[in-house]
Amino acid sequence: MSDGMTEVQKTAEELHGCPVIVSLGQQVLLVAREQYVSVMKALLDDTFDLCVDLTAVDYLLMPNRVVGADIKPERFEVVVSVMSMQKHERLRLRVQVPADDATIDTLFDVHPGTEALEREVFDMFGIVFNGHPDPTRILMPEDWDGHPLRKDYDFGRIPVQFKGSPA
Amino acid sequence: MGVVRNVLDDGLGGLEHNFLTARVEDLVNWSRSRSSWGATFGLACCAIEMMATGASHYDLARFGMEVFRASPRQADIMIVAGRVSQKMAPVLRQVYDQMMEPKWVISMGVCASSGGMFNNYAIVQGVDQIVPVDVYAPGCPPTPETLIHAIETLHQLIEDENILRRRKEQGGGANVHILEVPAGANGVSINFRSK
Amino acid sequence: MTVIDDRFAAANTDEGPQELRSRSQLTAKEVLREVGAVLRMSEAQAAALADIEHDAGEDQTMIINMGPQHPSTHGVLRLMLELQGETVLRCKPIIGYLHTGMEKTGEQLTYMQGGTNVTRMDYASPLNNELVFSLAVEKLLGIDGDIPERAVWMRMLLSELNRMSSHLLFMASNGMDLGAVSMMLYGWREREEVLRFFQKVTGLRMNHNFIRPGGLAADLPAGWRDDVLDILEKIEPRLDEYDVLMTGQPIWRERLQGVGVITADEAIALGATGPILRSTGVAWDLRRDMPYLKYAELDFDVVVGSYGDAFDRYAIRLNEIRESMRIVHQIVDRMPSGDYRIQDKKVTPPPRARIDESMEALIHHFKIFTEGFKVPEGEVYVGIESPRGEIGCYIVSDGSAKPYRMRIRPPSFINLQTLPHMMRGGLVADAVAVISSVDPVLGEVDR
Repeated sequence: MSDGMTEVQKTAEELHGCPVIVSLGQQVLLVAREQYVSVMKALLDDTFDLCVDLTAVDYLLMPNRVVGADIKPERFEVVVSVMSMQKHERLRLRVQVPADDATIDTLFDVHPGTEALEREVFDMFGIVFNGHPDPTRILMPEDWDGHPLRKDYDFGRIPVQFKGSPA
Repeated sequence: MGVVRNVLDDGLGGLEHNFLTARVEDLVNWSRSRSSWGATFGLACCAIEMMATGASHYDLARFGMEVFRASPRQADIMIVAGRVSQKMAPVLRQVYDQMMEPKWVISMGVCASSGGMFNNYAIVQGVDQIVPVDVYAPGCPPTPETLIHAIETLHQLIEDENILRRRKEQGGGANVHILEVPAGANGVSINFRSK
Repeated sequence: MTVIDDRFAAANTDEGPQELRSRSQLTAKEVLREVGAVLRMSEAQAAALADIEHDAGEDQTMIINMGPQHPSTHGVLRLMLELQGETVLRCKPIIGYLHTGMEKTGEQLTYMQGGTNVTRMDYASPLNNELVFSLAVEKLLGIDGDIPERAVWMRMLLSELNRMSSHLLFMASNGMDLGAVSMMLYGWREREEVLRFFQKVTGLRMNHNFIRPGGLAADLPAGWRDDVLDILEKIEPRLDEYDVLMTGQPIWRERLQGVGVITADEAIALGATGPILRSTGVAWDLRRDMPYLKYAELDFDVVVGSYGDAFDRYAIRLNEIRESMRIVHQIVDRMPSGDYRIQDKKVTPPPRARIDESMEALIHHFKIFTEGFKVPEGEVYVGIESPRGEIGCYIVSDGSAKPYRMRIRPPSFINLQTLPHMMRGGLVADAVAVISSVDPVLGEVDR
């Protein structure tokens, strides 16, 4: 670990109070659900004004994974990427969301551009965003049952008459 | 009566054949095949290739199909170009129903023909689950030459065969038959019945 | 008594809560929120925004539905517009009509096959999708520093040619949407030149699956320099023709200037990138500001607008074609010789001839194409500049041969959020011009 990395790590911890890990050369902030919106606001003030992406991962099939820095891994993880155009830096936040209480606060008031992204995460994973102005499905039909990108949702493949097909 | 029978059911295809009416039907089929207008149903990547086919390099205008009618009421051929998702399926059917007989469907690309590489929850595995298809054009996306071949095959079918009478016998098509409204009835009863 | 058959009742495409509710049914707070009170404006500014002049006596607004099947060439986008007369008050895009479950499919395909899936998302610039996916996989594998020079330069060449063909598609569809139908034919004419070159190199006109983790699928064919220079020679004077045909033309300017205006703050708040962000004056282009591949060694300008309107976006894309041609010239001059893919036995398949000779080659070939190569555990995000904005790929790997989670950050999906703000207060006749200037590709919006 070079000095530069330790410095950034320390700075991040000091600024926002969340542990930082480095994943393949990229800074990742591990944020707790309760501090999530306030950390995003703090980042916004710190020139990270472009919310690049908001998505989620369902870690149902990887129960023994290690998140790092003594954070307890949960089933869902909301991953937010932000960018600072002034500093030419990217930052990624990972928030653990438990399966039995799959809710998290909305980022709409901080980054209005997350409106469609959060709707997509709700549609695909079933994570409810508290305070979202329009919590409806966006990609699937309105009356669809289930959340397709969850690992326990079937792929939906029809059997094909082909010897090598997985069906 | 005599020459004209079943015109209400089959249109021109219901004319009994003698040498005069056979000629008329040939003429009608010939002109139908040479001036069919396509309804745009460009959904995904195949739509880009469909537009390329209509553009100047591959030119569909020489086959009479230059005009892609946006309104389904004015269209003859619906080229379903692209993958049909679950949300889009009712829309597809609605547009097909709005087209006037005679109408034909070309399923362009593997996603429209069979679901293509997307054998999953989101894609209808072939538009023939929703609308009756006359010609399937494979490819991902089909090159403009393939699409032109498909269109020409369809034109040949329109011109040669008794496509409309055959379709009725086999139960294809929307087969919307409107019953007469009885004059002087108290309430108006509108029944759309499909066979 | 009217009896209408169930069959027609079932053809109801009402999306329920996804639709737009009339303004009269919303509370003031909801309207303000929808309209942009949160766009980092003060209360006073937001109130001013929401307060579109309306005739008190004519409080009848009309909600109309555009699409999902409509003649504009942008695919299956459905718009609900609330109109007062001809003025658009609110607009809500409803998407999902092309949802293909590509991210779920990505979890079922190996990393080698992943390109076939990803390339069909933004089908107007498929090579850029493959590029971002390959870059992410290479980062996970740890080989991103070892990709041969020639492969890197070839990737840049293909990426820039793809940018040209995508912007030409934009020019064609933009022209047609505004009524300049001949532009549609011209745009496609130029595009054919580029697609012919792609067919020569990759074997396909579209959806190439050519840029793969480790390099590319094949080398450039002999005589490629002449082909590329030929393309550039043909397109250059034609771009000047378009300038004459459209840029200076009064009708074109009337229709595009001042239409679909968005400010820099709004664009950044909504996450818009690409020509939309650049049209507002923010000079942000990932090729220059966070360079990937070897863009840092190339000399090109970033085209920036100043008014944030549709005309700026059109002019930016036109000039980006010129900048791409400049880049392609430099690449043609400087293309190094070498390998077109990394020579790592675990990742790249061996040459076909060697399969007959060597047992290991046969086994490697078999393993790579059936099982796929395993990628170490980890997660990574890579973002590059596609013709529409920043396209990113976030991959989570669990150590197996298939991605655990494959996410593509779609630029058009996020850019579409700017539509309501661009259309508000404009005429409904400008709605098509605005959609066209955003240049969405519904394949990547819905995935």
